[in-house]
Amino acid sequence: MALDSAWSREWMRRAADVISENRAELGALDREIGDGDHGENLERGFHAVLEKIGALDGDATPGAVLKAAAMALVSTVGGASGPLYGTALLKAADAAGDAASLDSAAVVAVITAARDGVVLRGKAESGDKTMVDAWTPAVDAAGKASEAGKSPAEVLRAAADAAAAGAKATEPLVARKGRASYLGERAIGHRDPGAQSTSLLLAAAADAAEAGTGGAEAGAGAADASEAD
Amino acid sequence: MKKLINDPHAVVAESLAGFGAAHGDIVTVQGEPQYIVRADAPVEGKVALVSGGGSGHEPLHGGFVGRGMLDAAVPGDVFTSPTPDPILAATKAVDSGKGVLHIVKNYTGDVLNFETAAEFASADSIEVRSVIVQDDVAVQDSLYTAGRRGVAGTLVVEKVAGAAAERGDDLEGVTAIAERVSSQTRSMGVALHAGTVPYAGVPGFELPEDEIELGVGIHGEPGRARVPLENADAIVDKLLEPIVSDLPYASGDRVLLFVNGMGGTPLSELYIVYRRAAEVLAGKGIEVVRSLVGSFVTSLEMQGASITLTRFDDEMLELWDAPVHTAALRWGC
Repeated sequence: MALDSAWSREWMRRAADVISENRAELGALDREIGDGDHGENLERGFHAVLEKIGALDGDATPGAVLKAAAMALVSTVGGASGPLYGTALLKAADAAGDAASLDSAAVVAVITAARDGVVLRGKAESGDKTMVDAWTPAVDAAGKASEAGKSPAEVLRAAADAAAAGAKATEPLVARKGRASYLGERAIGHRDPGAQSTSLLLAAAADAAEAGTGGAEAGAGAADASEAD
Repeated sequence: MKKLINDPHAVVAESLAGFGAAHGDIVTVQGEPQYIVRADAPVEGKVALVSGGGSGHEPLHGGFVGRGMLDAAVPGDVFTSPTPDPILAATKAVDSGKGVLHIVKNYTGDVLNFETAAEFASADSIEVRSVIVQDDVAVQDSLYTAGRRGVAGTLVVEKVAGAAAERGDDLEGVTAIAERVSSQTRSMGVALHAGTVPYAGVPGFELPEDEIELGVGIHGEPGRARVPLENADAIVDKLLEPIVSDLPYASGDRVLLFVNGMGGTPLSELYIVYRRAAEVLAGKGIEVVRSLVGSFVTSLEMQGASITLTRFDDEMLELWDAPVHTAALRWGC
């Protein structure tokens, strides 16, 4: 589907689903090197996101949908991930602007702005074993895909795949930010839960974009999106 | 899990309701969003102090709301930072136009949520300053971590800065003294047995019967090392040495010695800890001019204790002694 209002709603709906499905896994990753509430906090947050975007006008732009999602996350998630994901989506919304739909270059701009928001708020760098280690490979891969003339959906898929690889690559790292940093070498061998949730959220964006590319599925996608209203 | 609770997810709300009912002469508990304010807030002409963080550390912070200490406390879920909304609402509720100081324990979630709330408050033309408390010497490699954590020393910052605000200092002055207290304060803790977060249902970590976690954080985060259990005096020595050598505290210094229980340690054991700590400090020529012993910055029912030292100058000592009337600390009035 075109990356329009329906896509942005479908993205959030799929994000809420995938977070719920992975709530226990995210909690388990967080218990290893944090405090174990990452899955629960995000599930609560995306539940609030769906309520909030359900109240928006049907023709709300992707930017408006992302902004509403950002405010819902900031208000409900708590911990570090609330301000981090809230800031990420707020900056992404700014980058999306008033556009009715996003082309490949705009997708790159949105993902880049989200990553920059996370860095601004959390002050983490690549290799610190945080969600930045999923966001930055996603930004790089999206940029390359866009330059190679790929479609917006393909750009999102490239970003999601790179984020998944980035999340996996946090396993051997020692954490230098967040609560896991107090573990020192004891954090080695555990995947960062924030990087993992980032890869799930970007995969949801790519899935939403691909859902509507076939004729019959396009209808189904639109129906799903209207259900979220 | 055995706990005196009704619903694991209603622990914070029900506990706050009871707190408000028990101490209605001192505080008012707000529901949506959730925060605790002085019953007489906003206090005209006074800089306001707001603190907060995850629940489970009671009496921190709600027990320190009242005359001479905090104007508001913002409790999050158990061990989870509050979101910016209640922090912003509490900040607005206590601001008398003289500005608001946020006192924040150095945990990533607390820092990020208070920072976001402070930005919103500034957009509403409320002047906000922040002091990040980071007294935990157990975190050695602070360049490669999120930095030293804010633990029991937060109480000392809240008490002294609260007294400065009560006597009429402006926002710059209250912020400066909060930073000064923070810079003179060091803590370290030990855990013998973890607490259990109600909705998690299992202890935060497992310690074998004969091991202790030295340098534990107030959510049970790991400290410097897991070591064999020894007698109290030996453990006190292991806590005190890194504290004293860090600032360092030296012969002739006048200090507050604060022995804090983590929630599951009897007062009798805290006094055994105090006895040894006072003895060691006396041996170093460090004069203990004030003491505080009790469970004030807890970690649910964690078994363990922490030791905090603050080096006092004349002004800090005077402000420590100033009247305070809160649910958990009261003297001079």
